[in-house]
Amino acid sequence: MNDRKYILTGLVIFFAIVTFPFWYNLGKAAPGPDIKLTEKAKAAKTCVMPTSYMRAEHMQLLDLWRHNVVRNAERVFVNTEGKEFNMSLSNTCLDCHSNKADFCDKCHNYSSVRPYCWDCHIENPKEAK
Amino acid sequence: MENSRRRFLEMLGIAAVAAGTQPVWNAFAAEHGSATPEPSVKKGPNELKAKQWAMVIDTRKIEKASDLEPIIEACHKLHNVPHFENKHHEIKWIWEEEYIHAFPTDPNRFLDERIHHIPFLVLCNHCENPPCVRACPTKATFKRESDGIVMMDFHRCIGCRFCMAACPYGARSFNFRDPRPFIKETNKEFPTRMKGVVEKCQFCTERLAVGLQPACVEASNGILTFGDLYDEESDVRKLLKENFSIRRKQSLGTEPSVYYIV
Repeated sequence: MNDRKYILTGLVIFFAIVTFPFWYNLGKAAPGPDIKLTEKAKAAKTCVMPTSYMRAEHMQLLDLWRHNVVRNAERVFVNTEGKEFNMSLSNTCLDCHSNKADFCDKCHNYSSVRPYCWDCHIENPKEAK
Repeated sequence: MENSRRRFLEMLGIAAVAAGTQPVWNAFAAEHGSATPEPSVKKGPNELKAKQWAMVIDTRKIEKASDLEPIIEACHKLHNVPHFENKHHEIKWIWEEEYIHAFPTDPNRFLDERIHHIPFLVLCNHCENPPCVRACPTKATFKRESDGIVMMDFHRCIGCRFCMAACPYGARSFNFRDPRPFIKETNKEFPTRMKGVVEKCQFCTERLAVGLQPACVEASNGILTFGDLYDEESDVRKLLKENFSIRRKQSLGTEPSVYYIV
């Protein structure tokens, strides 16, 4: 019982250190990724699917595209409005979103995902050689 | 106590009603959701169709290696095939081979001069009974039902190289290194490959899908003919009807779809 003050001081210091990251960052929300659209993407207004869908589910959509193109030889995507698109990451997606660094990478870095699309698919078909 | 028990029973009743009416709510939601049509996928309008694509190589029109150069160049440029100086790392989709190596089971003694000297063009045979497909543990390589092309799904390839061991024609190459620095001119519309996957000729599926003949056929100056093997009116069948032709290592039973007129 004689060590109470040492134990308490130790505990206070311990909790102060453990909770340091929380109170240090209190009130400072980390800024979300600031995505830039190209002029072409802005002009098109909507992507192949509504923006909310694309934001949350683009990976499932790309997976569907990849499967159908490679394995079923079906290369045309018809969206909910009946509009047709060539299912190609390099030639369709990146035709509008030709700013991979400011578009794809910003969010992927923020959420710490590392898709390996770019190991094979060329980043920007419109880029000068 | 009495009070809280009554309250508990009340809550139980409300929960039961909510659970009971859930299907009604779901039906209501589904009815309103189905107003927007589902997205779908389909084939392009200009796609070339066949039961089994095949190629006829007319070796009578080949005299020297320079006749084949533009053909190989057209393919390798279009598909971002890298060029490695080191033969162990070599990647090839379509290349030239001597007769005795392309047809090791056939050569007779006293082979005629022409056959002995001309280069033969060899590529994936898109076999009707492909041993590589049987060997692949991930179904990364598969025989496409719609037109008989032996396809590679590079996304699925794990680089085990069983297919390379299984292929009797050496038609497959493995990326031992990252191919990107070794591609002289990159075609931005076609993907490259990455280190650790196997690649080979795909009979230009991306061109067939938009109604074009394979790049090698287009660049061949009549040496190559492409068509449906099971359409009696097709160009390849006409050529096969009129000329004597051979196939590589026929005795293995893989049924190659590349025919050579000699």
